[in-house]
Amino acid sequence: MSSVALALSDGAVVAKRNLIKIKRVPEVLIWTTMSPIMFVLLFAYVFGSNIPVPGVSYREFLMGGIFVQTVIFGSTFTGAGLAEDMTKGIIDRFRSLPMARSAVLVGRTASDIFYNATSITLMSLTGLVVGWRIRTGLIEGIGGFLLLLLFAYAFSWVMAYVGLKVSSVEVVNNASFMFIMPLTFISNAFVPGPLPGPLQTFAEWNPVSAVAQAAREAFGNTGTVPEPTVWSLDNPVAYTLIWIGIILAIFIPLSVRQYNKAANR
Amino acid sequence: MTHMIRTSGLVKRYGNVLALDGLDLVVPKGAVLGLLGPNGAGKTTAVRILTTLLEPDEGAVEVAGLNVRSEPDKVRERIGLSGQTAAVDEHLTGFENLDMVGRLYHLGRKRSRERARELLGRFDLAEAGDRSAKTYSGGMRRRLDLAAALVAEPEVLFLDEPTTGLDPRSRIQMWETIQDLARGGSTVLLTTQYMEEADRLADDIVVIDRGRKIAEGTPDELKTQIGGERIESVLATAADLHPAQAILAGLCVGEVQLDEQARRLTAGVTGGAEVLKRFLQRLADANIAVVDVGLHRPTLDDVFLSLTGHSAEEVAESPDGRSEPEAEPTDTREKEAVR
Ligand SMILES: Nc1ncnc2c1ncn2[C@@H]1O[C@H](COP(=O)(O)OP(=O)(O)OP(=O)(O)O)[C@@H](O)[C@H]1O
Ligand SMILES: [Mg+2]
Repeated sequence: MSSVALALSDGAVVAKRNLIKIKRVPEVLIWTTMSPIMFVLLFAYVFGSNIPVPGVSYREFLMGGIFVQTVIFGSTFTGAGLAEDMTKGIIDRFRSLPMARSAVLVGRTASDIFYNATSITLMSLTGLVVGWRIRTGLIEGIGGFLLLLLFAYAFSWVMAYVGLKVSSVEVVNNASFMFIMPLTFISNAFVPGPLPGPLQTFAEWNPVSAVAQAAREAFGNTGTVPEPTVWSLDNPVAYTLIWIGIILAIFIPLSVRQYNKAANR
Repeated sequence: MTHMIRTSGLVKRYGNVLALDGLDLVVPKGAVLGLLGPNGAGKTTAVRILTTLLEPDEGAVEVAGLNVRSEPDKVRERIGLSGQTAAVDEHLTGFENLDMVGRLYHLGRKRSRERARELLGRFDLAEAGDRSAKTYSGGMRRRLDLAAALVAEPEVLFLDEPTTGLDPRSRIQMWETIQDLARGGSTVLLTTQYMEEADRLADDIVVIDRGRKIAEGTPDELKTQIGGERIESVLATAADLHPAQAILAGLCVGEVQLDEQARRLTAGVTGGAEVLKRFLQRLADANIAVVDVGLHRPTLDDVFLSLTGHSAEEVAESPDGRSEPEAEPTDTREKEAVR
């Protein structure tokens, strides 16, 4: 078997194991999908009437941003899961088996697609309740969800690396909060902009903005906000795909290396 | 290839702790090697290096004719490991654990399932097989872990304290399993704190202390090495200890060991029953009353004691400064006690 095929088939075995765990301990899934739902409700009802967005209700505008924030927060699930695995005896079992070295990571990031799909579904339902609608068509809508999932997948590899690096669930959760909050707030995720001074430049090139913009365009939630002129937001899908490529190219090898190193302790 | 495991000059440091200090091991194909040593001697470290989990700092390691350092992936196809702490996934059932291991050994879907059921039966886990491992007792987890080591019927098996935490019946079953495997041609390296276990299972024994080999041989060779038979006698009164010691000193080889508390004298002898008779005669002449007297072959416990200066159990109970107790095993033992 080629090494890629081996990584995929062994990864599938590990993914199955992770899914069984979600099934046996559903509380974890339930509580972590609760927080994005809470975000939708808070933003929609607390800020909803105070942030004007031309041509569209704030609640509809908001959803694209919350989707991105959710999948980014969702990736901490990957980091925490791996950090937890590394402290368990099962990792010694895995490392003594003739399985692909990357399988634990491939399996973990793959099973987290299920997790992200679940939270996106729950969020969409919450969105529908507060008045969000997909105003384009089926194809565009599906495209928007796929892009979100793809970005989520790439971002899980970032958090996989963090999880292996720190090897403690608490640290993963706290550390990721520290960089996820600024990353999602200095963007167009929650406000149409412009942000003050240099923050605006950061926001324009922040991939979070591009994903949010792409999702809004796919779902038809942009209203009459003037078309952005900066390239990254004018071509949000292309810019997002570039970021996905960069993240995967950097963090897959980095995480696999860190896995081998961390497990050797 | 006549040997299945070979290390030479193995060195492993943890910071400034020298866990292995130039260890050489050779295990021929089909043999069972017992690796003995007090807590912190380096047994687990050696097992982890041999099973690709840990990189040594220096030295050569070969398993099944393969260089462990340069071809770890190939080595993993040929070995089975049951480490000192059970490596099972507590959220999975016993069956799911073994099935997963089979899939990761690439046995295929059908064969993995068959093998999982087969092993659950063999390790008395058939009934508990569809419960999550979280609900297992310490001994059941241990057995599940051993079953996982056997899933692919590996040529070389590494068992780090395989019967610690097992009840006497499970322990005897485990011994039979290991003997069957060895008879079937598997090579086994096992560490243990139970001398009886080493005596019964091991073809060869290596005793290590502070990362170095301090003795090697078959159980019989090791016992002979510290003297043939031993006279052990318990006196009625403590006042007689010293005169009796003098009498025994005249008959034995080596030193007489004195246990004042138990009023016990022990010494190695080379004349068997004849010497024992003479010893009793002289005690009678000196009017010394004896509570108990016997002649026995040295046990591996005696060997361990005389080699390391402390018995295995003694060390296990009160670890000296150098051998830090490991958090994990104590932990599980405590849990078991609570249960
Ligand atoms: N990860 C680690 N970091 C630092 N020191 C370690 C580590 N692992 C082991 N050691 C040290 O290396 C030495 C050998 O430990 P090892 O676990 O191999 O002993 P052992 O013979 O298996 O003991 P036991 O009978 O208690 O299982 C000990 O002094 C131990 O404290
Ligand atoms: Mg040990």
